[in-house]
Order: sequence, then C-alpha cells, then structure tokens
Amino acid sequence: MDHMTILNNQCIPMGDIPELNYGDFLHLNTQLVLQQGNHCVNYYGFPAAGKIKLICCMADDSAHTLKISSALLAEVGPDRLSSFTARHLSFHAFERELHEVFAIEYADHPWLKPLRYAFNRKHQQNRIENYPFYRIDSEELHEVGVGPVHAGVIEPGHFRFICSGEQILHLETQLGYQHRGIEPLFLSKKNLLQQTILAESIAGDTVAGHTTAFVNIRESLSGDIPADEWSFARAIALEMERMANHTGGLSAICADIGYQLGAAVFGRLRSPLINFMQQWCGNRFSKGLIRAGKNNFPFTGELGAKLGSLLDAFEPDFTEMFQTMKSLPTVMARLEKTGVLTREQAESIGAVGMAARSSGINRDIRSSHPSGLYAQLNHQAVVKHHGDVYSRIRIRSDEIHQSMGYIRQWLREIPLRVTPDPIIQKPAPGLFSISLVEGWRGEICHCGITDKNGAWMHYKIKDPSMNNWLAMALAVRNNEISDFPLCNKSFDLSYCGHDL
Amino acid sequence: MIDDLRILIHQGRQYIGDITAVKLPESFRGRPVISQIPVNGPELVELCPTGAISNEPFTIDLGKCVFCGECAFARPDKIRFTQDYRMATNVRDGLLVKEGEDRPIQVNAAGIRKEITRFFRGSLKLRQVCAGGDNSCETELNACSNVNFDMGRFGIEFVASPRHADGIVITGPISENMADPLQLTYDAIPDPKIIILAGSEAISGGIFAGSPALNRSFLDKYRIDLFVPGNPVHPLTFINGVLALIGKGK
Repeated sequence: MDHMTILNNQCIPMGDIPELNYGDFLHLNTQLVLQQGNHCVNYYGFPAAGKIKLICCMADDSAHTLKISSALLAEVGPDRLSSFTARHLSFHAFERELHEVFAIEYADHPWLKPLRYAFNRKHQQNRIENYPFYRIDSEELHEVGVGPVHAGVIEPGHFRFICSGEQILHLETQLGYQHRGIEPLFLSKKNLLQQTILAESIAGDTVAGHTTAFVNIRESLSGDIPADEWSFARAIALEMERMANHTGGLSAICADIGYQLGAAVFGRLRSPLINFMQQWCGNRFSKGLIRAGKNNFPFTGELGAKLGSLLDAFEPDFTEMFQTMKSLPTVMARLEKTGVLTREQAESIGAVGMAARSSGINRDIRSSHPSGLYAQLNHQAVVKHHGDVYSRIRIRSDEIHQSMGYIRQWLREIPLRVTPDPIIQKPAPGLFSISLVEGWRGEICHCGITDKNGAWMHYKIKDPSMNNWLAMALAVRNNEISDFPLCNKSFDLSYCGHDL
Repeated sequence: MIDDLRILIHQGRQYIGDITAVKLPESFRGRPVISQIPVNGPELVELCPTGAISNEPFTIDLGKCVFCGECAFARPDKIRFTQDYRMATNVRDGLLVKEGEDRPIQVNAAGIRKEITRFFRGSLKLRQVCAGGDNSCETELNACSNVNFDMGRFGIEFVASPRHADGIVITGPISENMADPLQLTYDAIPDPKIIILAGSEAISGGIFAGSPALNRSFLDKYRIDLFVPGNPVHPLTFINGVLALIGKGK
C-alpha cells in the first residue's frame, strides 16, 4: 500500500504511514488530486534526523476518508526536484513553503517565490522589502502598490497591481507581515493551556474554528472521547462564529460600496451575536471557551432561551435589511459580475470554503468529513454558481439562515453538564493525527505528531486562506481597480491565518 | 425610501447613552481582584500561560494577562475577575494589580503631556497599525466606531493616512516583518503625536512573548501614552481609556 486511509480526527502510529521514494510520492498524489471529489488538504515537511520528511494529506470527499502518504528527502543538494505544482496548481502554496523553509529546489514550479518570510527561512538574505514582483516594462501599463498598512483598520499585506488605465491586468499578493512564528511555539510552549491559547490566537476571528481543530487533535492523541456537552459547545460556538463573521462581512462590503444603511445595520446586527458569546464565556470572540478535555462554561437552559430569543429578534431584522439591499439597482450594479472567479480557476488552484462554493464547487467539511454534532446533521452545503461578488454575498446570507436553523435544532436538546470534569490523559507517543474543521472562511487543517514522550514533535496548521489568496488575485483581473476593496472584502481572507 | 425608514424604525436607538456607565454581564473578565487568602503562589505562577502572575508580592500584570480566567477557576477564593472594563492607564506599573487591592485603574492626570489635552481634547484622529495582531483587536477597534459605541461623537476616529493622524494605535506583538512599516507609519505622523498600545500582545507580546519572529525594539524608543489591556481590548476599555487621556473622562 502506498498510503494510509484514515478518518477525520483519527490518529495512527507515525510508522504506519508508508514512506515512498519521491517519484512515487509525486505520482501518487498528483494522480489522486485528479480524481473527482479529491483535493489536497495539507502538504508539508519537517526535519527528521538530518533529512526532510514530507507528508501529504489528500481528502476524498465522496468516500469521507483521508489518504496520508509520505516521502523522505535526503540532504537537499543542488539537484532540483520535479514539482507537484507543475502537474496541478493546487499544490503551489505548499511547495513555496517547502522551498522557503528547507530550500528545496524545484525544477518546474511556475511561481517559486517566498511565501511568508518566516523567521526560520533558509535564505535569510531574502527580505520582505525585496519580494520579486512580476513586472512588465511598458509605456502603457503602470504599477500600483497598496500596503502593508491599509487605509482601514485591518491586517497588513501588500498588493501589487499592473494596470492599464483603471483596469487591473494582474494582481500579485505578497504576505508575511503577520508572521509570528506560531508553529515552532507549539513545540516550545510545553503546557496545554499555553498551546490552547496559541490556537486561539492563530486567527482571532476564527477562534472557534482553529481551537476546535486543536482540541480535536489533542483529544484524539490521548484517546479522550469528547463529552456530548463539549461537542455541543464547540458546534454552537462554530456556527455563532460563522454567523457573526458573515454579518460583519456584509457590513464591511456595504461600507466599501458606500451603502451606509447596510454598513450600519449589518454592523449593529453583529453585536447581539458576539455579546451572547460574551455572556456565555466572557469573551466576544469565544476566547477561553474551548478547552481540551473540559468545558469551563456550562451551556444552561437559561442561555439556550436567551439564544433562542436573540435569533428570533435577529432574523427579521437581518432578512429585512438583506432584502432591501438586494432590491437596489445601484448596489446590485456593483456586486453582480464583479470579481468573477470561474469554476475552472477555483478547481485548478484548489480553492476551499466559501470561495470554492461561490464558484460552484461543493466543498464543505461539515458534509464531507463531519465530526461532533455535524455527524448526525446531513449538512447540505450552500453552493452558488456565478463566482462573482454577489455570489459571495448570497452565500453569506444563505449560510446565516442555515446556521440559525442548526442552532435552533441543537437548542432543542441541550446536553447535561459533565461533572466533575474528567482529567485529560497524556498524548500517546509516536502518533500522527489530523483534524479538519469547516471554519467560516473554509476548511482548517491541523496535523500533529507526537515524539517518544508524547510531546509535540511537529505541529502543522493550514488556514483556508492559504488556499484562497490566489483566488482573490485571479478574481480581480479585468476589473476596475476601484473595485479592488470590494473584491477583497468579498473573499475576506485571513492575513494572520496565512502568515502564522 | 419607505423601506429605509422602516428599517431605521425597526433598529430603534442603537447608541449607548452613557459610555462610562455600561454594565457588562458577570461573565465578562475585567479588572481582577486578589484576596489576601494564602495560596501556593508558585503553583499559580506556573499555571498562568503568559507569566502575568508573580509571587511575593502576589500580583497580576494586566499587560501580560490574556484574561483566560484559568487562575480564577483554579482558585476562585483567591482571584476574581470583576466586570470593571475601565483598565486603561498611561503608567505601565498601573497595570499591576496587587493582592488586597480593589480600586479602579486610572489614567494618571499629572502624567499626561500638556499637548495632549491642549490639542486633542476636541478632536483626536488615530492611525491604527496592525503589527502581527490576530484580527480580534482590529475588529474591536472597528466596533468602537459602530452605531453602538460611536466614539465619533467624542471627536475620536481612525483615519486612513498617517499624515492626517494625531497618534498611532498599535495592535499585535510587533512581528519582525512589520517592524519597518510600523516605524515608517509612525515617522509619517506629524508632531505632536501619541502612542497607544491596544491589547496584551501589543503591551507585552502576550502569548507570543519571546518568539524569534518578533521585533519589539520600536517600543524601546518612545514614551507610550496609553496602555489598553485586553484579549482583545473591549471597545468600552478602549474608548474610556482614550477619553480619560484626552481629558474627557469621568
């Protein structure tokens, strides 16, 4: 067998993952990705006894399984490897990372450039101020640079446009400004609480998403089955996070097209959702709520009643504002046919989450690899087909209504509190574990490997933004540069989630 | 038009009338109080994920605290987080909460530079720089300008250009890759100017303190005018802190 087939949140002995020679490893995964329903959820490397161990995780959404394979690269020499990316573009970011961290040279990667300017990059002489942007020397074209510091109160990143008058011909996104060195910190911070807080800080707008992935892995490695109460809390938090961010996203999009009423109303509609989280766990972003092996904040019947009334008040106000917004020709003229990402483009680059679903690809971990409360839900993903800004707006509205439905359903059966909290076991040694969670932007993937003492030997995080930044760069082509903020907001990707 | 009026009527009054007198729910983790009950100090020091707790004297440093609440869960008889969100101060030591103390954290009026009250009391334009922040502080700072908190009514707003700004608000632990852009942005702000640090990551590095990917040397060069604790900062903490700084606080 050239790969191990496992399920989401399962763990296996590291030694059980077949180790192939690079050529077979390349062939296996570049063939797997071509099969219907398959896509790569993570591909990365780590140092192993002076060599580089490569791990590739391929999701089979139809069979609801994950195929894990590996290869071992000897000392990186002057020989250049054949790239996965030359055979399928969806691997492009993963191989850029491998090149950056390990100086693996690829003979045929079409865009081998720095990814994050990580502090542990091999080529320290590469500096973030010297990123090699794609350039065209032309009298008719000009370049526009935006960032890292942006006009609004948002995260930093640099966007380099090549324009013909007002029209964007090409956009190159350059990130790395938010790099804080999170993955090595999972190894150096030895206690569980510190690691949990790190997980909460990967992307502060996706606390429920990333922390759930982390605790899933931690519980899987110690063989602790999550109590119903914890699964319930995590699912409610995840869907509330989805609703809050989608509502905030709609507010920001309205602001970017100058629709003040929408910006104000969607903006204020976010408040009761996050204030509920504050009432439940003391923090508007769910920081402090999700913990491995316990739940500090019981979800009481009283909280359930409050959440129910909150949603009953939210729904008509939200629906009314959304209906009004989409009835306005001046608004729709900005949204329709702007920033189109075709299905072919989304497929070729391995887009995930909302960006993929807005362009016709049915890709949602809640249906393909569900766990916890999602396992019984039979979730039907919301899919739109035009790939424009309006599709990405419609999907937000539809998902908000869908999440409300799920929460109302779950509130009918609030699980009993587990007391006292059981003591979480130590993680077993030498294991590999993977957890996929559908965060509000898209699929989050965490992979953890324990050493012989049960401590982390390696921890790998993939935020959906790593897949989707290229989607945004493609979508703005041939749009007016004045539509860039709108296109960017319609994707609403994470800079810190990408940069780690 | 009628649709718009209907929406406005349904929304009703959204702004918080008195921003200094809001009562947050009991679950909110604001300024902690530490009782005099003797405890195993080193155990609690060890428990705290960011080293915010020190022993002898027993103190919690709100500049390092990420408000996870685990210390209060471990020893509820010793540590209790109150609903007091007014935690901002202009003196770094003002963030140290000592055993047996239960007094509000305040901005030290004598320590405020004269230019601040003179020029910024009626109008304060701020340029925010995200220097490795995780987007939660940034979202809360944006919320400060929404229809609920509306700090614009006090003349405080975020501006797009540092040239138009009276000061800088830094969020995040200051990554190496943002060190130069941060300096460039600060240099572009005309004098007189202020520096506000928003969130535990900005004040101390938070959970990222000690990461080799950071470069916090900017903070060694300048006097900080306001420290706003939180993880993330609550809009009420930020707004009340800034109001106190510019001489509009109660």
